[in-house]
Amino acid sequence: MTAEAPTAEDVSARARVARMAIAVSLATAAYGISYGALAVSAGLTIWQTSLLSLLMFTGGSQFALVGVIATGGVDAAAGAIGSSVLLGTRNAFYAIQLGPVLGLTGFRRLWAGWLTIDESSAVALSQDAPTLQRRGFWLTGLGVFVGWNITTVIGALIGNSLGDTRVFGLDAVAAAAFLGLLWPRLRNRQVIAAAAAAAVIAAALTPVLSPGLPVLAAGSVALILGAVNVLDPTRHTGRGSA
Amino acid sequence: MTLWHIVLIASALCLTLKVAGYYVPASVVESPGIARSANTLTVGLLAALVAVQTLAVGQNLTLDARFPALLLAGTLYALRVPFIVVVIAAGALAAGGRALLGWA
Repeated sequence: MTAEAPTAEDVSARARVARMAIAVSLATAAYGISYGALAVSAGLTIWQTSLLSLLMFTGGSQFALVGVIATGGVDAAAGAIGSSVLLGTRNAFYAIQLGPVLGLTGFRRLWAGWLTIDESSAVALSQDAPTLQRRGFWLTGLGVFVGWNITTVIGALIGNSLGDTRVFGLDAVAAAAFLGLLWPRLRNRQVIAAAAAAAVIAAALTPVLSPGLPVLAAGSVALILGAVNVLDPTRHTGRGSA
Repeated sequence: MTLWHIVLIASALCLTLKVAGYYVPASVVESPGIARSANTLTVGLLAALVAVQTLAVGQNLTLDARFPALLLAGTLYALRVPFIVVVIAAGALAAGGRALLGWA
């Protein structure tokens, strides 16, 4: 027996993190079906659809790439790559926060980076003990990776068998899916204003710019709104904006 | 550029961003301005994608079955209905409207 035998409290905390990882993995895997179906209806092959889930492995960026290809095809390459990569920048911010928590060196940083997404970061950063944070990150990251890739293939096979996807309302599914990714982030007035401005700009520029570019332009305006902080809710009431 | 190029380039860049974060010291993001900008960028891109996916057909703007489907989706998200149920309901409304009511 070692001196550091786990207490009953440790065991239950570890079980709680595992349950959370499983629940998040199952919920996220369900999105994979809609992603797979939308990707093949946008014109990607099943291989391309699956490669994105394996290699890119970040749902928002995958939906963005597929959405831009659906409206502009291969000609919208710049918009497709640009919007998926810009949406992926938030993962770099998660990684910066997770670095000290996971304490990794060498190749392990590659595996951690691969699994660094909204879900694994959220579960890890919501724990208070370092061992639970690490456990939450790896269990959630691996769980979502396995589930997401399996349901991507299922969704792609379903999408392939549908034929004219508009008949099944799959174009409306795409809009609803983006709204679902956006919804939990609309937490204060500044963010809601940035979202509204970006939506109006993207729609207004659609007839003028080639497909994909209106999304990039709208994202840039939202970035600037955040940087100059004109809509800071604390700006007129206190000193919180420093 | 082919679809394969787009898939591979975008995947490589997204993966690089994730891994690169582990080589950046945490002090870099302690500025609230950077964290705030990253958040509004994400929100702005997603909102722009909602607008384009709802209204655009190529470079034309149009109101079709996607619009009532999006309104339904927003209502259901506000009621905390799970994602997968919402997207199925939105798709079903658009499909049903087209089949039964002649929506565009």
